[in-house]
Amino acid sequence: MIDSLVIGGREISSRLFLGTGKFPSNRLIPEVVAASGVQVVTVALRRVDLDFEEENIAAYVPGDCILMPNTSGARNAEEAVRIARLAKAAGCGNWVKIEVITDNRYLLPDNYETIKATEILAAEGFTVLPYMSPDLMAAKRLAEAGAAAVMPLGAPIGSNRGLRTKEMIRILIEEISLPVIVDAGIGRPSEAAAAMEMGAAAVLVNTAIATASDPVAMARAFGRAVEAGRTAYLAGPGETRQYASASSPLTGFLRDE
Amino acid sequence: MSFYEEVYSSYKQFDCQRFFDRLTDPEIRRIIAKDRLTGLDYLALLSPRAENFLEEMALKAHRLTVQQFGRVIFLFTPLYVANYCVNHCLYCGFQAHNRLERKKLSPAEVEAEAGVIAASGLKHILILTGESRRESPVSYMQECVEVLKKYFTSISIEVYPLEEEEYAALIAAGVDGLTIYQETYNEEAYAELHPAGPKRNYRFRLDAPERGCRAGMRAVNLGALLGLHEWRSEAFFTGLHADYLQNKYPAVEVSISPPRMRPQLGGFQPRVDVSDKNLVQYILAFRLFMPRGGITVSTRERAELRDRLVKLGVTKMSAGSCTAVGGRTAADGATGQFDISDERGVTEMTGMIYSQGYQPVFKDWQML
Repeated sequence: MIDSLVIGGREISSRLFLGTGKFPSNRLIPEVVAASGVQVVTVALRRVDLDFEEENIAAYVPGDCILMPNTSGARNAEEAVRIARLAKAAGCGNWVKIEVITDNRYLLPDNYETIKATEILAAEGFTVLPYMSPDLMAAKRLAEAGAAAVMPLGAPIGSNRGLRTKEMIRILIEEISLPVIVDAGIGRPSEAAAAMEMGAAAVLVNTAIATASDPVAMARAFGRAVEAGRTAYLAGPGETRQYASASSPLTGFLRDE
Repeated sequence: MSFYEEVYSSYKQFDCQRFFDRLTDPEIRRIIAKDRLTGLDYLALLSPRAENFLEEMALKAHRLTVQQFGRVIFLFTPLYVANYCVNHCLYCGFQAHNRLERKKLSPAEVEAEAGVIAASGLKHILILTGESRRESPVSYMQECVEVLKKYFTSISIEVYPLEEEEYAALIAAGVDGLTIYQETYNEEAYAELHPAGPKRNYRFRLDAPERGCRAGMRAVNLGALLGLHEWRSEAFFTGLHADYLQNKYPAVEVSISPPRMRPQLGGFQPRVDVSDKNLVQYILAFRLFMPRGGITVSTRERAELRDRLVKLGVTKMSAGSCTAVGGRTAADGATGQFDISDERGVTEMTGMIYSQGYQPVFKDWQML
């Protein structure tokens, strides 16, 4: 059975996306990619340093990956748009993960500014993946604005608190025709698997992998969990029930007719 | 309304000693376990009683910092561009009475210093001047920024307090960060330590970080100079000030520095001793109070101590510092504002940070 994820015209082999901001060394990134099979890697343009090859985070993303620069640090749509254009000019391709954050305590995204930035960048030909709070109306507007996927948070960035917004994400998966990629908050492989079982198109993980004692092993675990969750989703898990099903059902007598 | 009316005034007469005396061990433990600390919880962690819980605090501070920032240390370096000063701060090597060669860098000299620093890979720079509206006016700072933009992707200033429009003008020129220390939050001590000059105006300085936030600074860094007054209350007010700004200006990256006094020309002796243990307690308590707050530790601290602080909540460190104007390119030894302690260069610092399983980050912003 063919189960491909296509975003921006690219067929993506792995449904685990990787964030890169918190690794103890950029040198771990190629190993993590190899261990997990990750194909989409996001890098903050603010960290990309073209003058310093040795410390340039983007230089550690393997060439066969899709580099997805993100607009970390943008406080409004205008800044996000400028960052995206700078990233493109710096040779980072035309994918962009929009991050507009005006709350430094919880790092929650500003959906309104995100929609504005998405509209502008999609019109300019970018493949736009916006990071968002899981709100159905905002997701619909993002779809109308030309987003290639939506990336709702499971919990605040870096919190490792898991799928706290599960119900809202479930609604997005049901109602939005774009791929729904759970970004932020996933702390454990089991939570990534749960998101995939729900029908998420992919998950994006940084903190849980980068800050693990063994990031490479953790990346491998996440890669497998995402695959397992996806396979389970496709296999169509059995219905969950509150009670055992009675062997003498209430309507059993009708069969006798 | 400002920090002074909204927060400072309500704690100004607060009897810290009485509060400390009543604290119990179970209370300290309960506070350490909390997700969100109040101002008084933070004060409790700054108490003498909390000294018995430094290991518990350190474990949590470490965990929170790794979770929020990752295993990374951001690097920057200061560039002193002018040391003319009209103030009489008793504790400062650059104060008006001190006899030293006064100097300000020409654009060409700024460029020469910038070239030396940029060769080390650093991308974030902090410009410093003394307070002299005649010798180092805002227009002079703008000239410096124009030159530095060619070499650095993030420029911060540590200069005398400015008006909001002046901060806005510097932001338009390319500045994104503001560092300004209140020196001491205690008004009486402040008056004694600043006998003459515009810096006598406590309130104008106290409100400067907020003016910077209003003007649109991306990052604001606060601090009290430790050694001028009782450190627990200084740490308390610095934290409250940071918390106040973060609540009111949620988009700003708020951070603190806990600078301890260093020997300087003039020989002012610290009024209070702040031990390594005190410093660590301050850093840990602040991390628990503001999990997302930045903590900057400069080369005022010894190399051995800085190495240890990497895992205790610090997020940013200066490297390859020099506190003399033009000190990186001058042939003769110019006088610095104070003596630095950690004299390691950028390469050595990088090696140290990697050896602890952390990544030194040279670039974390770029001008748009």
